[in-house]
Amino acid sequence: MIHSAAAVTFVALSGAGVALFPRSILVFLVFQSSLVFVYLARIPSWLRFGLLAAALGVMMPAIGTYNGYYLEVATQVGIFVALALGLNIVVGLAGLLDLGYVAFFAVGAYSWAIFGSPHGNILFDTTIFPLPSWWFYPFLVIGLLVAAATGVVLGLPVLRLRGDYLAIVTLGFGEVIRVLANNLDKPINVTNGPKGITPIARPPLPPEVSHAVGFYFLVLLIVLVVILVNRRLEDSHIGRAWEAIREDQLAAQAMGVPLVRAKLLAFACGASFAGVMGVVFASKQVFINPESFTFLESIGVLAMVILGGMGSIPGAIIGATVVTVLNLQVLKGLSLWLNELKNAGVTVLGYNLANLPTQLEPAKYERMIFGIILVLMMIFRPQGIFPARRRQRELGK
Amino acid sequence: MTELFAAQGITKRFGGLTALHDVTFGVDTGIASIIGPNGAGKTTLFNVFTGLYAADDGQVTFKGQPLVGLRPDEITALGICRTFQNIRLFANMTAAENVLVGMHSRVRLGVMDVLARSARFRDVEGSLWRRGGELLDRVGLRPKANEVARNLPYGDQRRLELARALAADPALLLLDEPTAGMTQGEAVTLMALLRQLVADLGIAIILIEHNMRVVMEVSDRVAVLDHGEKIAEGAPREVQANPRVVEAYLGRRAATRAGS
Repeated sequence: MIHSAAAVTFVALSGAGVALFPRSILVFLVFQSSLVFVYLARIPSWLRFGLLAAALGVMMPAIGTYNGYYLEVATQVGIFVALALGLNIVVGLAGLLDLGYVAFFAVGAYSWAIFGSPHGNILFDTTIFPLPSWWFYPFLVIGLLVAAATGVVLGLPVLRLRGDYLAIVTLGFGEVIRVLANNLDKPINVTNGPKGITPIARPPLPPEVSHAVGFYFLVLLIVLVVILVNRRLEDSHIGRAWEAIREDQLAAQAMGVPLVRAKLLAFACGASFAGVMGVVFASKQVFINPESFTFLESIGVLAMVILGGMGSIPGAIIGATVVTVLNLQVLKGLSLWLNELKNAGVTVLGYNLANLPTQLEPAKYERMIFGIILVLMMIFRPQGIFPARRRQRELGK
Repeated sequence: MTELFAAQGITKRFGGLTALHDVTFGVDTGIASIIGPNGAGKTTLFNVFTGLYAADDGQVTFKGQPLVGLRPDEITALGICRTFQNIRLFANMTAAENVLVGMHSRVRLGVMDVLARSARFRDVEGSLWRRGGELLDRVGLRPKANEVARNLPYGDQRRLELARALAADPALLLLDEPTAGMTQGEAVTLMALLRQLVADLGIAIILIEHNMRVVMEVSDRVAVLDHGEKIAEGAPREVQANPRVVEAYLGRRAATRAGS
């Protein structure tokens, strides 16, 4: 009872706080942690779902009217949650270390970018592009299928590889896709090279819904579907086969798990989530170029999965949220704040910050602090924030 | 009548080393044991039987069907399942989940059934867990169904591996040193369980064992491997008296002494 009251109050107060102080990152962080509290608190599950639904479905879009950037952050978090959940299948469940995961994101993004922008005219020498904007919705499925097929294409040659070797090959694959995107502007202009593709069509929405809110709900919906699919796969013979492969590939095969099929399915499932989000990403950004799909992005998603807890769905969600919020808000906010101190000429321990050399500008610390956080996490909580828990089951009589 | 399982003239070379040379072995019912000194090729023979190694020469047939060229999971689906000499459980999965993985080849569900949570899926999944419970019961591990395999004591791990192998509904069970590391008492209990399995399920078992007392008691037939060759085969008592067997285990001098 106390927990329930606390959860409701926490969410309501922090939500109101964001409305009152729409510029304060700190208050927004408190709002986010209230959602984690709701997830962890010992409250009836209907209340948990009700509160989360209210917070994500009503309060978040409302917050967006006070500070549009927060909605953008929430949308980005959603995109990375889907990516982390996809990679979690490949790395966390099946144990196949994939360092080129962002390639599938790129494949999805380019599949809509080419057909949803005037660029398609150059490629196919017609004038029918961009396709009417409603095509965006079928392209969510097309992007999924193209990415899944790419996953299978990557999977086939690397099936015999394990561990370090697999990691290197997937790393290479990720780079190949990026380099292709960078150079396929001649002889046939498929990707428009480093200049990128723009403008990419946005999906049609009811007139009273802004694009920011539209994308937020679209991403939220996709994330919900991805979570559902993930849970169902995990709690089935398919998920158990993946975990068996992760634990001991040889024993899994000897117990009747067809390795080729199971691994290809893992690659295809993981890739398909990234493909869908790629389509959304391309449309949301209006402009994409190969710079959005670097190796660092793959590593970022992998860091989310590991930070959250490998093979754990809540882990992937919290990992993606923490890393994205850290990058977009906390570290940015920190360096802004330090900059303000510096510009104001504040003195710390007898040293005037205004004299700080440019090499030590706060903005340059961001990556370093992120790295330190990762290192500390791996030392003190290597299993991740929400590690995978074994399901306790009643066996039928 | 054809034997349930027959291996003909199996030869396996690793580079210059001939691990198995022209080994012929078969089993129809009951428990057959393969014994021999360390490095005799016993586990290699199992790996050939289960498709982990491809034999350089020879034929393996199961229920009259040739197994050469089949993948390990296909052979398991046909009804041959095994345990490993150094336990290879799925360490971070629960005992029940380990057993359920063993049923994989018996699950006839597509991805769509899983995603849609169809009635068929719930049916099949329910019966899998029920059967998992029965199998754990058989080896006495039901109370530990939800424990993670790596936390189980050694003897339990061995028995869990047996339950997992049974989960595939095999007609032939290959056990690689199931009593290794057990006390004599535990070993005797396990052998009683194996006898029970043969009687209840009508399965055949091939056993690799070092514990001679156990082997001689439980086996219907014993084959002896030495340096990759079968040097003797027959009823336990005959094999025990065979001078070549004594020689393989204890050396020529001992064999001569025993013979004189």
